[in-house]
Amino acid sequence: MRAALRHARYVLSDNPVTLAAFVLFSGFVVLAVAGPWLAPYDPLATDTARAMQAPSLAHWFGTDALGRDILSRIVVATRLDFGIAVSAVALSFALGIALGLAAGFFGGWWDRVILRLADTIMAFPLFVLAMGIVAALGNSVANIVYATAIINLPFYIRVARAEAGVLRNAGFVEAARLSGNGDWRILSHHVFPNILPPAMVQVSLNMGWAILNAAGLSFIGLGVRPPTPEWGIMVAEGATYIISGEWWVAFFPGAVLMLAVFCFNLLGDGLRDIIDPRRRT
Amino acid sequence: MIRIVALRLVGALPNLAGVVVVTFLLTRALPGDPAAFFAGAAASAEAVEQIREKLGLNRNLVEQFGLYLRDLARGDFGQSLSTGQPVLTELVSRLPASLELTFCALVFATVVALPLGVAAARRPGSWIDHLCRLVTTAGVSLPTFFTGLLLAYVFYFLLGVAPSPLGRLDPVFTPPPPVTRMYLIDSLLAGEGTVFRACLAQIALPAVTMGLFVLAPLARMTRASMLGVLSSDFIRTARAAGLASPTVLYTYAFRNALLPVVTTLGMVFSFLLGSNVLVEKVFAWPGIGSYAIESLTASDYAPIQGFVLAMGVLYVLLNLAIDLLYGLIDPRVRLEA
Amino acid sequence: MNDAPPLLSVEGFGLEFRTRSGTVHALDGVDLAVRKGETVGLVGESGSGKSVLSFALLGISDRAARVTGGRAAFGGLELTRASEADLEAVRGREIAMIFQNPRTALNPIRRVGAQIEDVLRRHTTARAAELRERAIAALREVNIPDPERRHAAYPFELSGGMCQRVMIALALACRPALLIADEPTTGLDVTTQAAIMDLIAARARATGMATLFITHDLALAAEHCDRIVVMHAGHVVEAAPTAALFAGPRHPYTAQLIRATPAAESTIDALAAIPGNLPDLRRADLPACRFRARCARASARCDAPLPRLAPPPAHAVACWHPLDEARCA
Ligand SMILES: Nc1ncnc2c1ncn2[C@@H]1O[C@H](COP(=O)(O)OP(=O)(O)OP(=O)(O)O)[C@@H](O)[C@H]1O
Ligand SMILES: [Mg+2]
Repeated sequence: MRAALRHARYVLSDNPVTLAAFVLFSGFVVLAVAGPWLAPYDPLATDTARAMQAPSLAHWFGTDALGRDILSRIVVATRLDFGIAVSAVALSFALGIALGLAAGFFGGWWDRVILRLADTIMAFPLFVLAMGIVAALGNSVANIVYATAIINLPFYIRVARAEAGVLRNAGFVEAARLSGNGDWRILSHHVFPNILPPAMVQVSLNMGWAILNAAGLSFIGLGVRPPTPEWGIMVAEGATYIISGEWWVAFFPGAVLMLAVFCFNLLGDGLRDIIDPRRRT
Repeated sequence: MIRIVALRLVGALPNLAGVVVVTFLLTRALPGDPAAFFAGAAASAEAVEQIREKLGLNRNLVEQFGLYLRDLARGDFGQSLSTGQPVLTELVSRLPASLELTFCALVFATVVALPLGVAAARRPGSWIDHLCRLVTTAGVSLPTFFTGLLLAYVFYFLLGVAPSPLGRLDPVFTPPPPVTRMYLIDSLLAGEGTVFRACLAQIALPAVTMGLFVLAPLARMTRASMLGVLSSDFIRTARAAGLASPTVLYTYAFRNALLPVVTTLGMVFSFLLGSNVLVEKVFAWPGIGSYAIESLTASDYAPIQGFVLAMGVLYVLLNLAIDLLYGLIDPRVRLEA
Repeated sequence: MNDAPPLLSVEGFGLEFRTRSGTVHALDGVDLAVRKGETVGLVGESGSGKSVLSFALLGISDRAARVTGGRAAFGGLELTRASEADLEAVRGREIAMIFQNPRTALNPIRRVGAQIEDVLRRHTTARAAELRERAIAALREVNIPDPERRHAAYPFELSGGMCQRVMIALALACRPALLIADEPTTGLDVTTQAAIMDLIAARARATGMATLFITHDLALAAEHCDRIVVMHAGHVVEAAPTAALFAGPRHPYTAQLIRATPAAESTIDALAAIPGNLPDLRRADLPACRFRARCARASARCDAPLPRLAPPPAHAVACWHPLDEARCA
């Protein structure tokens, strides 16, 4: 553990980009936690007298068609966007690892059925499948989380299955069994810890994508409903104004969304270097 | 060759079946009464009853699946409530627009990503390599709907070099006589140069928007595989034999480096077809993606179902095509079959 | 031996790699000469710089490589100063090279015939129609059965030995004056090994080609070479006609190498491993004699720069305390 921390510090100091992404990420976390207190205005308060104002000192990011302060809406939306992404990734992590472990460890029918499940999910363009799922389950935030979790499932299944298969073939599991361990104990104490590093890399690479997906779904009107502040919806609300020159309504939420995803992707690359130094490019 | 195609087709069958089963399950997973859902909010009690009968909702799931398959086989994807048209008809008439956009985006991405990846791999650590790294990390972070808006703002509103970002063709032109229903091809077939140019101007922004998104995985993979190939033994042999640099680079290195790139095309198409929906909405592109979104807003369920199914089938077919393409490039796979 | 200037002559050649973990001083003051029609063996344990030297001669070194000094001349051409275009014209036509691992050394997705044709097209004026015939002829010359059919084969359809024959056909297609064979038989089974070596020797005799034969198998070198050059950690430590070298090795390293080579009559326990390791070539303060730390005869005198090698065909040794020439005889 100490060595891992030292390695992490080494990678961070060696790689200013990862460090910057880490600082940015911390900023987003602060916004997600304390957003409602940090926002200068009420994100829902409309004021037609102040509608469509360009960025100014009073309203750094301008106001939208209903006179709401865009900066405040962006700040408050952080929690929802991050919340969706984190819960979706956590869900697919837990479920995907469990299924992948079962497939790799027990083999046989388990393997065939679970693999078929993963292949079937992958047989769709993933965003389209997510659309279909939310449309079918109903238009709610929870369903966005489920849909995003489902489309990410195959990646975790594959990682866990491959790793469990390798361990099983390496005689590692056999050795643990001979020394009197039950299946459950072997899985939780011996196989799972070995799966964790590659799965964590997958998580870091997945987060940005999960945010993109969730924002995309709300952009087309699924899940989050107005007037709830959410980045994707805010871009959608501003879309109509952009070609008449009122760029700020869509620009700022879009740019923040991009920044968040960019930050996660940089962090993902950095995390991969920390966890898996061999694959460092 | 025919045998190989047949084998691959058989190999794609489970995925095709999976797509059909999932779409079926999605219709039955509707909370509440699927019949009421399909009939729409304003439907009368008889209309709901009629739909219930048609879907066989009072029978068991297996029988319902049988009915579903029978309807699909007849080409009956249901009817759109808002337009009253059969879903299949609308999908078929709108599909060419989506395909045209998707392929233009793919062409754009390939034309930029492959040379970029090759250049980066030839000089690791140079400015072009850093550019490639920046593009690949930034590219996957782009929300397509946002890039689309941004491009429209810059090139239409600020610079005025792009036509109004709405639809496939400026209304002052008449669309070319439909042959493939892809305007670019049709206008060329009809020999209408100005229409072709207008279509190209219109498709440029949405195609670039989508292309930017998939550029990243393509460039990243090209760079990585080209780096690997360039340091491989057979490249050393080719250089030791005095082959000219372009021959070594293209005939020897690039063709080998393409193999993993072709493999990533599957993921690229997944991205493309998914972002299709978003980009079509931004640019009011009349493809199947905007059809789905219009239906979504109207709570019109059958078209969405048809859309998901069509996309799934399309994607399976594209993957099949990628498989075959791979076989064309790599003799080892070809003979294995 | 004739007195004509050697076909290939390398003098005081030095090369280093600049890597992230430091500069690797891979070659230093290397002298080497190969005459027309002669077969010279280049031997030394793994990591002594044999491959690095041969790549540098062809100008196909790794990006990180820098030539630090000396000269290498082939015929009238200064290899170290020649332009890339000149080098490309020499490679494959005048100097050809074959590698170990024939399976990976051929382009996996190109028919072997096409690969030979690429070389012919590059270096000869053969017209398109003749290319195929000449490629098949090249395959026939290396005793590949059914060359017409093999012409259309992919490397993965051929055995390792067959691939190495293709490599040789490819290398010899343009009748080079010098062939550099970098461990051409490693990874092949013993009978194939002998067949490949005989094939190279036969082609060399038939065309008057000189061969630089790189190996760490002293016995193989003894069997096929006129002269042997011994390398250690980027230095040439000894160079002598084969018979003289085996009769009386003068460098302590060579003597140990010969002792480490299993002779037919020697038993397993006679196999003496050479103590110690190659020095880390990244060190900035490499000793004048890089064998010093492993040498039983080392003294303070060994700190002085090594004596220059006497020019061939003399029995040359780079050591202040060489073994007596007569001692082992
Ligand atoms: N591209 C490179 N970068 C850094 N060092 C290198 C590079 N190529 C070779 N070296 C170093 O140069 C030295 C000589 O390597 P070389 O491959 O010539 O050995 P060799 O005598 O051919 O050994 P073998 O018998 O194993 O083929 C080694 O220490 C190696 O680590
Ligand atoms: Mg070597």
